[in-house]
Amino acid sequence: MTTRTIQGQKNLQKINQASKDGIGGSPLRPDGTLKVKGEFAYSSDLWHEDMLWGTALRSPHPRANILSVDVSEALAVPGVYAVLTHEDVPGEKYYGLEIADQPALAIDKVRYHGEAIALVAADHPETARRAVKKIKVEYEVLTPITTEEQCLDPETHGYVHEPHEYRSHAYGNVCHEQRLVSGLGVTDEVRALADVVVSGEYEVGMQDQAFLGPESGLAVPAEDGGVDLYVATQWLHVDRQQMAPVLDLPLEKVRLTLAGVGGAFGGREDLSMQIHACLLALRTGKPVKIVYARDESFFGHVHRHPARMRYEHGATRDGKLVFADCRIVLDGGAYASASPAVVGNAASLGHGPYVIPNVRMHAIALYSNNPSCGAMRGFGAVQAAFGYESQMDRLAEALGMDPVELRQLNAVTQGDRMPTGQEIDAPAPVAELLQRVKDMPLPPPLDLEHLDVRTLPGALSNTSHGEGIVRGVGYSVGIKNVGFSEGFDDYSTARVRLEVIGGEPVAMVHTAMAEVGQGGVTVHAQIARTELGVEQVTIHPANTEVGSAGSTSASRQTYMTGGAVKLAAEAVRHELLERGRHRYGWTQDDLALVGGKVVSASAGVLIPIVDLLGEDAVEQTREHHHRPTVPFDKETGQGFGHVQYTFCANRAVVDVDVELGLVKVVELTAVQDVGKALNPLSVVGQIQGGCTQALGLAVMEEIVVEDGKVRNASFTDYLIPTILDTPPIPVQILELPDPHAPYGLRGVGEAPTVSATPSIVAAIRQATGKALNRIPVRPEHLTDTL
Amino acid sequence: MRVTFSANGKPVEADDVWEGESLLYVLRERVGLPGSKNACEQGECGSCTVYLDGVPVCSCLVAAGQVQGREVRTVEGLAGEDGELGLVQQAFVDAGAVQCGFCTPGLLVQTDALLAADPQPSDTDIREALSGNLCRCTGYEKIMDAVRLASARTCARGAEK
Ligand code: FES
Ligand code: FES
Repeated sequence: MTTRTIQGQKNLQKINQASKDGIGGSPLRPDGTLKVKGEFAYSSDLWHEDMLWGTALRSPHPRANILSVDVSEALAVPGVYAVLTHEDVPGEKYYGLEIADQPALAIDKVRYHGEAIALVAADHPETARRAVKKIKVEYEVLTPITTEEQCLDPETHGYVHEPHEYRSHAYGNVCHEQRLVSGLGVTDEVRALADVVVSGEYEVGMQDQAFLGPESGLAVPAEDGGVDLYVATQWLHVDRQQMAPVLDLPLEKVRLTLAGVGGAFGGREDLSMQIHACLLALRTGKPVKIVYARDESFFGHVHRHPARMRYEHGATRDGKLVFADCRIVLDGGAYASASPAVVGNAASLGHGPYVIPNVRMHAIALYSNNPSCGAMRGFGAVQAAFGYESQMDRLAEALGMDPVELRQLNAVTQGDRMPTGQEIDAPAPVAELLQRVKDMPLPPPLDLEHLDVRTLPGALSNTSHGEGIVRGVGYSVGIKNVGFSEGFDDYSTARVRLEVIGGEPVAMVHTAMAEVGQGGVTVHAQIARTELGVEQVTIHPANTEVGSAGSTSASRQTYMTGGAVKLAAEAVRHELLERGRHRYGWTQDDLALVGGKVVSASAGVLIPIVDLLGEDAVEQTREHHHRPTVPFDKETGQGFGHVQYTFCANRAVVDVDVELGLVKVVELTAVQDVGKALNPLSVVGQIQGGCTQALGLAVMEEIVVEDGKVRNASFTDYLIPTILDTPPIPVQILELPDPHAPYGLRGVGEAPTVSATPSIVAAIRQATGKALNRIPVRPEHLTDTL
Repeated sequence: MRVTFSANGKPVEADDVWEGESLLYVLRERVGLPGSKNACEQGECGSCTVYLDGVPVCSCLVAAGQVQGREVRTVEGLAGEDGELGLVQQAFVDAGAVQCGFCTPGLLVQTDALLAADPQPSDTDIREALSGNLCRCTGYEKIMDAVRLASARTCARGAEK
C-alpha cells in the first residue's frame, strides 16, 4: 500500500510538471498572436456591409440654455441618413452608472463643454462631420459654475442641476459626501495630546485615462426590432442595463458583444457612444459605426476627479501618530458617474495604511460645469495618497526622523483596524514592503564623465550636459480596496464546459468579462487547466448570453470572475468524478484531474478524461459572490465596507534640472503584495503599467480646464509618458495569501497607481527643497518663475 | 479619386477616395487592412506606423493621394509567407510586451526598422527610436525586453548564417 501511494504521488508529480500553463505559470496570451499580426478586431476595426458612420454635435459651452436646434440643413446634406436630437429618444431620457442624471442627448441645456446635443448618421465619416457643422443651435450662454466656492454657494451662482428625483435643491451642488469619525475624533483636547502637528493643503489636477483605442463600436439593427452592439467597454451588462430603457427595448433585445478593447483604466465604465450608435441604427435600419477621434475621446469620457485636500496630522515626539484630520473636495463635474464610490474610497482610505487612534474625515464630490469625472484606476485613493504621503514626509521632517521609519512605525498590519472600524483580517505587510523597497539596490549615481544626454532631464532636447542636475530619492506606500464596496454585490458569472474535441479533452470558458488588455483571458485559461487537468482551453467571446461578470475595474476581475471560473470548473470536475464513481465504483476520496487523466494519490492513474467523458460534455455555470460588505454610516463612516485591501510601496529616484525645472525619473521601484501571482508575467506588467500612469500624474498629465473649457484635448497638448519619460521599473512581488480570496490572490492593477505618485514628488522635493503641494509638478513650480 | 499602390507586396486599388482621406483611412476602411491603428490621427502616438517605400511613417499624416504608385508595408506584412510570426512579432509575444495591443502594430514596424538599421541598439538607442510610439498599458518595460530579445535573436540568426 505504501509503495503504491508513493508510486501514485510520483505519477502526480510527473503529470503536474506537464501542466506548467496552469496558475502560477506565465503562459502566453491567447490573443497575443492575433494582436501582433494586426488581426485582432478592435471595436474601431469593425465593418459591415451598408454601414453608416455616426457622429455627435457637442456643446462648445460649459453652461448654456439651448433655445433652439435646427437640423434641416444637416438633413439636406447628400449622404446623410438621419439627424437626431433628444426628441428622438424613444424611452427614458436619462441614464447613469449610479444616478440617472445624464441625458442621452442634451435637453434644453448643456452642463459641460463637449456635451452631446445631436447625432448624425451618414455614408462617410467626413460627410457626417460636415453635416454636424450645419446643425444650427441657438444658445443662451450662462456663466459656468466651476470653482469650489461657486459650487458651495448656489444661491449666488446657481445650480448645475434642476432639482431631480435624486437630489433636491436642499443638497445644493453637492453630489455625494461621506463623513468619518473614529476614536475621539479631532478636537482641541486631542490636538493637545500631540507633540508635533503638521498641516498642509494639496491639490491634484484632472487626469485622463488616455487609453489608446478610441471609444468605438458597431450597432446592427436586428430583425426582432432589437439591436446588436459590438463595443469596447468594461462591463457589458451594466451598459445594457442603462441602454435598454433609453432605447425603450426589453433587456433581451439589447445584445452586447465585446469587441477588441484598446485599454480602459476606468474610462469605459460609463457609456460613451453605445446609446448613440443604437439610436442611429434603430432609426435608419442600417448598421452604424461610431469611432471617436482623439479630441472627441477627451470630451466623451469621464476623467479622474481633481481634488483639493486639507490634512492635519499630530504625533508624539517619538513619531507615533495621535490624530489625523482631513477634508477632501472632489470636483465631480456635470454628471454623477461614479462620484459616490469615489467619495467612499477617499473617505475610507484617505488616511492611508496607518494606525491612527483619532481620526476625522470629510469627503465630498461636487456638481459643477466642469467635465464629468468618474472612474479612473485607483479612484479616490490616488488623490488622497498624494495628501497623506506628503504629510508623512512633512511629519518626518518636523520630527527629524527617517521618512521610511516613520511610516513603518505607524504602518497597519493584520489585525489592526482601519478608521472605518473594519478589521484588516488578511496579511497587511506594509512595513515589510517599505523595508524591501528601501533595501533594493540604488541605481548608480549620475556619472558626468560618461554621460548620455538622452538620459538627462530634457533628454533629446539637449538642454543640459550635466550642469544644474540634482538627484533626489523619495518613498511612499499606498492602500487600495479591491472589488466594489459599501454593500454592493458585484458578483461574477462563469460557464465552463468540458468535452472531447479531436480526441483531446478541451475546456471552454464563457464569461462576460471585458478583456481590456489586463490578461484576464490568459488567467481564465490557466484556472481551467489547473482545475480540470487539461491543456486545451478555449475562451468564448464575452457577451450578454451569459450572466454578468461585473466590471473590469476596482482590481476585481481575477478575484471575482477568476473566482467564478474556479467555481464552475470545480463543479465540472465534481460532476465528472461523480460520474466515474458511479460508473466504476471508485471509493477513493483523493481523486483529482491531472495531465488529462483522473488520478488518485493512493491508487495512481484511474482513467483518461477522454474515456470518462466519451461523447458527453459536462457544463456548469456558477456565480461568484465575495463576502458581503455594508455601507459606511453616513456620519461616522463606520462599517465593514471593503472586500479586500491591497498595498504597494515605491521608491523613486529622480534627476532634476533645477535651472530649467525639468524632471527625469531615473528609476521607479515597486514592491507589492499580490497574495498569489496567478500569472507572474502579467502581474509585473500590471504593476509597471500602473506605476507609469502614476508617473504621468506626478509630472506630466493634466486636463487643463479654464472657466469650464477644456484647453488641451489632444495628444499634442495632453502629454502621457513616452518610453523616454519612463525609467526602468524594478518590481518585487510578495505572495502572502489572503484566506478569503480564491487562491489567496489579491487584486493587482490599482495599488501601484495609488502609491507611486507621491514617491516621485517626494524625490523631487528632496532634490529641490520645494514644498510642491500640487500635482502634476510643472517646471514653473521648480524654478520660481510662477 | 482612384488610388493604386502596393500593400504588403500586393497591388491594391481604392476608388472614390476623398482628397482629405489619409493613407491610414484608406488602409483601414477601403483595402481591408485595419491592423494599423488610429489612436490619435494627428501624428502623436505612432500606432499607425507603416513602411512607405521602406521608411517608417505615421500613415495618419500621409494623404492617400501621396501613395499613388508607391509601396506600403503594414503590420499585416510582417509575418512570413506561411503566416509564421516574424522575429520582432514573436519577441513581443514572448516578452509579454502586448497588453491591450493597440500600440503594438506601430511599435512592431518601428522596432523592425530600428533593428534593420542597428541590430544591437543600446537601451538609450531603443528609447530614442521608440519615443514616438505611445503605450498606455505596459510602462514600456516589457517592450524594452521585447526589443532586446528581438535584437539578441537577430544577432544569433546573423551568427548562424
Ligand atoms: S494615429 Fe497616426 S500618429 Fe497617432
Ligand atoms: S499595450 Fe495597450 S497601449 Fe500598449
